[in-house]
Amino acid sequence: MYRAHKNGTRRSGYRGTVAARERDFTAPTVQLLTPSGELRPTPEAEEYLPLIEALPDSMLEQFHRDMAISRRLDLACANLQRQGQLALWVPSHGQEAAQVGSAHAARAQDHIFPSYREHVVGMIRGLDPVAILSLLRGATLGGWNPAENGNFHLYTLVLASQTLHATGYAMGIQFDGQVGTGDPDVDTAVLVYYGDGSTSQGDASEALVFASSYETPQVFFVQNNQWAISVPVSRQSRSPLSLRGGGFGMPGVRIDGNDVLISYAVTRQSLEEARGGEGPSLIEALTYRMGAHTTADDPTKYRTDAEVEYWAQRDPITRYRTWLESRGASASFFDEVEIEAADVAADVRRRALDVPAPSRDRIFAHVYSEPHPLMAEESAWLEAFETGFEGGAA
Amino acid sequence: MSASTEQEHRVADVRASEAVDTRPALPPASPAVASDGAHADPGMRGIHTLSMAKAITAGLREALRADEKVLLMGEDIGPLGGVFRVTEGLQAEFGDKRVLDTPLAESGIVGTAIGLAMRGYRPVVEIQFDGFIFPAFDQITTQLSRQTVRHDGTISMPVVIRVPYGGHIGSIEHHQESPEAYFAHTPGLRVVSPSSPHDAYWMIQEAIASNDPVLFFEPKSRYWPKGPVDQDHSGMPLHASRVIRPGTDVTVVGHGAMVSTLLQAADIAAGEGTSLEVVDLRSLSPIDYGPLLDSVQRTGRLVVAQEAYGFVSIGSEIAATVAERAFYSLEAPVLRVSSFDTPFPPAALETEYLPSPDRVLEAVDRALAY
Repeated sequence: MYRAHKNGTRRSGYRGTVAARERDFTAPTVQLLTPSGELRPTPEAEEYLPLIEALPDSMLEQFHRDMAISRRLDLACANLQRQGQLALWVPSHGQEAAQVGSAHAARAQDHIFPSYREHVVGMIRGLDPVAILSLLRGATLGGWNPAENGNFHLYTLVLASQTLHATGYAMGIQFDGQVGTGDPDVDTAVLVYYGDGSTSQGDASEALVFASSYETPQVFFVQNNQWAISVPVSRQSRSPLSLRGGGFGMPGVRIDGNDVLISYAVTRQSLEEARGGEGPSLIEALTYRMGAHTTADDPTKYRTDAEVEYWAQRDPITRYRTWLESRGASASFFDEVEIEAADVAADVRRRALDVPAPSRDRIFAHVYSEPHPLMAEESAWLEAFETGFEGGAA
Repeated sequence: MSASTEQEHRVADVRASEAVDTRPALPPASPAVASDGAHADPGMRGIHTLSMAKAITAGLREALRADEKVLLMGEDIGPLGGVFRVTEGLQAEFGDKRVLDTPLAESGIVGTAIGLAMRGYRPVVEIQFDGFIFPAFDQITTQLSRQTVRHDGTISMPVVIRVPYGGHIGSIEHHQESPEAYFAHTPGLRVVSPSSPHDAYWMIQEAIASNDPVLFFEPKSRYWPKGPVDQDHSGMPLHASRVIRPGTDVTVVGHGAMVSTLLQAADIAAGEGTSLEVVDLRSLSPIDYGPLLDSVQRTGRLVVAQEAYGFVSIGSEIAATVAERAFYSLEAPVLRVSSFDTPFPPAALETEYLPSPDRVLEAVDRALAY
């Protein structure tokens, strides 16, 4: 579209229309293990191979053990919800590789800010999953003390809020001088988890702005599980989410999130850079939520069986098991892990049922750190009111 | 409620707020803007005359000196010293790791302040203007206010959010608002507002020392008038209210800039033979009802005044509580004087919009007519 000058000539050099600009954005998916379980690095993954080759067999086995336990526990907890023992369960079936690989990349002093689906990350950090169930059972608003549970912070239900808390925490680490000292026991990083849906929240973008601006020691780990409840990721972003890193001034890489090895290696490398003072980075882990968003959801209403089947073929545990077998892992190892996973699930189930209901004084406890007249007044009133009924009960 | 219960409440409230007011008397409220050249000497003690803005600067300086974990965060608070110059000179004195010019994102500022507090810092956030706090509303109400209870008390959230608020400055939309009720309504937060340079100097330090999140509402129309600041004695705790001018006929209560309006109204009323007792609320959450109930039990009449909208406001809460706790003392219903339940109008209309001494006196007359 153009408009001719009054004298009928075009402006100098103006050609009328311009070529349509490129609107397709792509990013390579970095992968070590193919869906069929072969160690065949993509070109971008080559540099990460040494990190995997340095891993002892015991750690490689631990990856499988954690993924298997996570999956088994997921099933047990979904059943608990169906039996009325949990208000809600948040399944992680399908996302085990993204979570287990990244979690093992963190050092003991690092801090993890989860969203609310990273149960196995918490367990790897030392958290008893019963604490998570006490939250989902309606017995607590939090459930654990991060300082006593591997610096695994509380779940955050307002999406992406935790990305800013993580960034602020990382700013504090930097102000404390615990970055770039070269001492592996001192240098500290923050790993924050969120999802494809959360990336649309303003807080997620503000966190990237602050992190980049203050060069925080931090890794943003986006699990792109393709669905924000019922809305596909194409509604959240028309370009790979990993490109958001570059847009905010930090490296962004898209990985195969169903490949536990690349999840470990890229997160490990990114955390090392963060601790070393090189600043934050972003990882987009392509994965799939095989189950529902939560037990309150019905995914058959919005996605096809064919899509689910496509992702089932890319299952993180099957693929990894195939690779371990190809390296000589014995059938008995996998059998033992299955037994262990069943035991863990049964134990968690048993103890979850024993989580006591909170006493009513918990309503008022710790709303404030310092004495507050309304808390004193209202708790005394409730106590008197309820005690009155108890005294007169038949 | 029985009279005896009412009496018990009153006694409890008075005990809760036991505090001796050793504060120097306020100078008469003056609409004139005082010259503002003098910096508060960081080390000075004794009684000095400062504007509220400079009193807060001095208080922030004391807090920064007292605890290296105290950080200031906000937009334009570094070399510029904030749009109201409240942080003037502080970055030069304490460095850009203690006084942070942040990106322009309120939710980001408060959200990262929460993370810093988790790390053991004591962030003091400046929101540039009242109307710009809302991008941070989510982080304040769903996150900041709940971290302590969600962590079962294993962490505290010593975050102060300073908010210049209120009208009388003739500014444009979103620059003259009074959003304090939103935050007073939120459990887990504390909300205060000083009315004088002396209170501002001490209350900002007490807010920073608090282990709970504090919304610190600074009445920006009172930033510039000067008043005495006793830098040796606070006089009273952060959450205490106080009788600022004794009287016998009608109690009038308010906070922030409204206290000056109430004092003007009391002067006018005195000339007409009516004695107003003026109560400065100081704390909006929690509210210290002791001095207020004590006053109402003597005067029998109460007018609550505020710049904020009247509907579901601090004034509504006070009216309800005083009716519950001092019912047998009241000779008239508690009356509210507020701005109107409309968006803050174009500044050319603000004198008609904001409660004036005459609007307060109109309510006083109605209270006396019962």
